Amino acid sequence: MTKLLELKSVYAGYDNKVVLKDVNLTVKENDFLGVIGPNGGGKTTLLKVILGLIKPIEGLVEFNNIDDNLIGYLPQINTIDQKFPIPVREVVLSGLMSHKKLFGRYRNEDKEKAKALMEQMGILHLRNKNIGELSGGQLQRVFLCRAIISDPQILILDEPDTYVDSHFETELYGVLDQLNDHMAIIVVSHDVGTISSHVKTIACVNGSLCYHDSNIINEEQLKTYNCPIDLITHGEVPHRVLKKH
Amino acid sequence: MNEIVELLSYTFFQNAMGAAILASISCGIIGTYIVARRIVFISGGITHASFGGIGIAWFLGLNPVLGAAVFGVFSALGIEWVSKKTDVRQDSVIGILWALGMALGIIFIYMTPGYAPNLMSYLFGSILTVSSLDLYLLSALCVLTILVFAFMMRPIVYVAFDEGYAQTHKAPVQFLNYLMIALVALAIVLNIRVVGIILVISFLTIPQTISNMFTQDFGKMILGAIGFGILGSLLGLFMAYKLNVPSGATIIFSFVILFILAKVIQLSLLKLSKKVKE
Repeated sequence: MTKLLELKSVYAGYDNKVVLKDVNLTVKENDFLGVIGPNGGGKTTLLKVILGLIKPIEGLVEFNNIDDNLIGYLPQINTIDQKFPIPVREVVLSGLMSHKKLFGRYRNEDKEKAKALMEQMGILHLRNKNIGELSGGQLQRVFLCRAIISDPQILILDEPDTYVDSHFETELYGVLDQLNDHMAIIVVSHDVGTISSHVKTIACVNGSLCYHDSNIINEEQLKTYNCPIDLITHGEVPHRVLKKH
Repeated sequence: MNEIVELLSYTFFQNAMGAAILASISCGIIGTYIVARRIVFISGGITHASFGGIGIAWFLGLNPVLGAAVFGVFSALGIEWVSKKTDVRQDSVIGILWALGMALGIIFIYMTPGYAPNLMSYLFGSILTVSSLDLYLLSALCVLTILVFAFMMRPIVYVAFDEGYAQTHKAPVQFLNYLMIALVALAIVLNIRVVGIILVISFLTIPQTISNMFTQDFGKMILGAIGFGILGSLLGLFMAYKLNVPSGATIIFSFVILFILAKVIQLSLLKLSKKVKE
């Protein structure tokens, strides 16, 4: 499988505070990576480095064989002004922003594509509604459409399971499983229970990053990675681990 | 009726009507951006800071509008820069600039020997005395704003809506932010002649808020704001002439009346649609 993205001993942070230390990460085609970790551990910083929103203090971010524009991004929904006067169809189309020049206009095929995508996500009937009129789950679908309309090779989702019910969560991971056939996916979440049953690999970020190719986390690993998290997993013998460090 | 026809034949009144319409267009567009992006407080800061420019220009014997424009644009760019590049809290910076501008304006106007300008006309506007230079400036502003929005409305809206996302798409976020804040400053300063420093902020927010009651689409909101702006400012203009009071006050007063009317209409429409559903 081809490598899409590689972080080599990356240090990153804000002003004088280093949040990420010596992070190494490889994302390959068809990867489905779950990023977990405590608040302030650097999950969001890691995403920002990958998205190019902040430059690493040290280290390399390498994109192999892909246009770095082709990263789909679904931000945390609470960072969005939900009273902003913008209809759903415009939000979806804005995912094609980088394909347009500053003065560019949308072609009919762009609009058709947006329509097909909204249909697929079951939000076509909402296309003329303002985003303020939508429920949390509908809003997530709109932002998912925006994230994937440009056919990205990597899709990054920042806590997509906040503000949605468990029904939508199951649906969301169903959609992500399908998308995973043609794009690598990185999901940040603090809901380890759901994430661990869907993703292929888990990265635990707490200053440094520990990355391993298995979707089974046991208590021993959590101890090693020093992550204070509540964990519910469904194995052969259902068990519950509540570990505080 | 005859009185109105007669009034319309006066040049000063035609100028005033032209100014009202031009102000409605530029404020309608820029105000929609201000309301959507929630930068009403920043705009208030720029407005009052520009009074410093008026004072300095008056002291130096230059055109006050020019002084206000330079001062306003620089404070706008300064606010944007300080809040992006440093960790000073933005609203504190605005509070300081707000008061500093007013203070400088008063100091310089009082230091200027001889005839003191009519402060009232800057504070409350005097649309009935606009000059042809004012009209040229307002027209130029309208043309500039219309051109910017005709060609770049989508990127402007996308950046205003979700700056972080736009950045991941390599949109020229910084350029657009500086361009827009400079346009906001220009719109404010040139419209001070029409409604005055104290009231210009309502020209930039009330018609937009009325329009926002009926549409959620940025483009339609602009058109609505321009429409309500023209309606309210012409009403206010007649009132100002009739009562012989500063135009700014009467224009804002008509805006608020329109706002209340619109609210009533909106509420009864809501009730009606509920009844139809039942």
